[in-house]
Amino acid sequence: MDTRMTRTELIRRGAAGATVLSLPAVLAACGGGGGGGSSSKVNDVLNFSNWELYVDTPESRKAAGLTGPTTLQQFTEKTKIKVNYYEDINSNSEYFAKVQGRLRQGDGIGRDIIVSTDNDRFLGEYITNDWALKLDKDLIPNISNLIDAQASPPFDPNRDYTLPWFSGMDGIAWNEDLTGPVTTVTQLLEDPKLKGKVGVWNSMGDTLGLIMLENGDDPSKVTDESFDRAIAVVQKAQDAGQIRRFYGNDYAQPLATGDLAASMAWSGDIFLLAKPNVKWGIAEKGGIIWTDNMLIPLGGSVPTASTYMNFAYDPTISAQLALGAGYISSVKGVKEEAAKLNPDAASNTLAFPTDEMLGQMHQNDPTMFGNPAYEKKWLAVQGK
Amino acid sequence: MGTFFHRHRGITPYFLLAPGILWLAIFFLIPLVFLGYESLQSGLFPDFRFSWEFSNFSSGISDYHQQFVRSFVYAGIATVACLLLAYPLVYWIAFRAGPWRNLFLLFIVAPFFVTYLVRTLAWLNILADEGPVVSILRNLHVLGPDGRLLATTFAVVSGITYNFFPFMALPLYVSLEQIDERLLEAAKDLYASPTQAFLRVTFPLSAPGIVAGTLLTFIPAAGDFINAALLGTPNQAMIGNVIQSKFLESLDYPSAAALSFILMGLILVSLLVYARIVGSERLTG
Repeated sequence: MDTRMTRTELIRRGAAGATVLSLPAVLAACGGGGGGGSSSKVNDVLNFSNWELYVDTPESRKAAGLTGPTTLQQFTEKTKIKVNYYEDINSNSEYFAKVQGRLRQGDGIGRDIIVSTDNDRFLGEYITNDWALKLDKDLIPNISNLIDAQASPPFDPNRDYTLPWFSGMDGIAWNEDLTGPVTTVTQLLEDPKLKGKVGVWNSMGDTLGLIMLENGDDPSKVTDESFDRAIAVVQKAQDAGQIRRFYGNDYAQPLATGDLAASMAWSGDIFLLAKPNVKWGIAEKGGIIWTDNMLIPLGGSVPTASTYMNFAYDPTISAQLALGAGYISSVKGVKEEAAKLNPDAASNTLAFPTDEMLGQMHQNDPTMFGNPAYEKKWLAVQGK
Repeated sequence: MGTFFHRHRGITPYFLLAPGILWLAIFFLIPLVFLGYESLQSGLFPDFRFSWEFSNFSSGISDYHQQFVRSFVYAGIATVACLLLAYPLVYWIAFRAGPWRNLFLLFIVAPFFVTYLVRTLAWLNILADEGPVVSILRNLHVLGPDGRLLATTFAVVSGITYNFFPFMALPLYVSLEQIDERLLEAAKDLYASPTQAFLRVTFPLSAPGIVAGTLLTFIPAAGDFINAALLGTPNQAMIGNVIQSKFLESLDYPSAAALSFILMGLILVSLLVYARIVGSERLTG
């Protein structure tokens, strides 16, 4: 994984994880067929759960050089479907724990679309437990715009249940009022000037992934030794009082107010945070790339959710989302559409990372997740 | 109805008890049985099976004794702090505030009008590293230039003290307010100094309030996790945080259930010890 990769190669590896790319990808991407959607009609409300700082807002559109209403407003104008957009996912595990009780009873959770990340164990749990409903691909002709690299991930080889929302990169953000650039994980976890003002994620893949890269280990092939080495680094920083807290998506605000001087941070968040004193960069030894996936939980309206997914897979819309949220789209033709919307769009490296940036990106080893021994060590180092 | 109760007079108490018993059975006893059942299961989410897995309890204690100790220490300090802060305040309200009594009581209860979580989140802003309190303390050299209040043990214990303060103040007020002032006059007539009158009359008569207040503060404080989660660092993690993360992050329900039982057991034991020390008649007032 130390050689440079093209974007396609990279995302393909990401989607395929450690398993082999399977065949039906192309078939699925051709659209039609499949789609065991329920017969019920499209609702007039869509309930959508997503992470914070993950959709275009009037402010972020302005910052990205876009005009006109937000994509959610455009969706409502076009389809007359009102969107209740909940930013209530702070970590994959917490959200899963919150909803799994009802899903297990076969009940709905009041959502038509939820989002879950591929570098965690929970996305797979929704699917293997039959808690996700099949997409109605007849209503998603735009599924043909899904890039080949994402057509056949191991957790959903035919894309029957999920579609990528956006992909993002793990990096380091810092508050310029309090510190100079923080460019390495070692600096983040050891520089005494940052003591007690450092945030790391409570998500194992992201945090330990960055540390493994710093240790010279390969995060896409985790061994017990490389895992323990990474844990030891966290433990040392933890014992030294370097780490303030283990955060979900809630590190952005303390970073802006100055409670944190520096933190591990996801690429687009800092853009959407729109604080000129907070900067983001990829760590010198590289980062982790991941993809969030949309799915329809039990009780959700398949036609309504599928209608939205089709909308989001229109390259013009996806381009606006990518620019307005600062994350990487999995829709074909987005870059061209983005250039039409804003001639400078190609320079937005959060939405359209350069080959050099992508060359620094790696994937998590999927076998690392759901391993009880690892989970236990990961919680223990967090004091719990 | 009237004649029915008249005829079966013995039934009335049970009838009055029924709603409460039913409530406790449905919302306390039954969940407790489920929790107990869960605490003896083994396996990985979502396939847990019952296997008399007592090791959940032994490993719960050996892995997390630190957090248990921390929880009881923090809760203990916070309870004592609540008592020391509340007693003079409530004493003053009960004996000196005259017509303003209710207004001052309202001030004590007022924070309760705001959600617990929001109250604690407010402290995040008040105590922020770049916030007003810290910058004043830095200017006064109480804190060093890099000193902070948030993410410290001090912040966590203060948060608990603040959040549970009314639980201490209100029972104390009730017991102080009930004291017949003529008893104090009598003490004075019998040549007791104000200090002696306080130590021999007021304080003993307020003991039921102190006992009730300490219990109402200590028990929930020992299981609290919000304050440690928001105001502390992992080095301040309490047992509530461990249980929360076992339930919500690692989905290890059996361990979480076992830890909950251990916590309940430890609280019960400390209650018994406390009852032994202060005398059980005071526990019940």
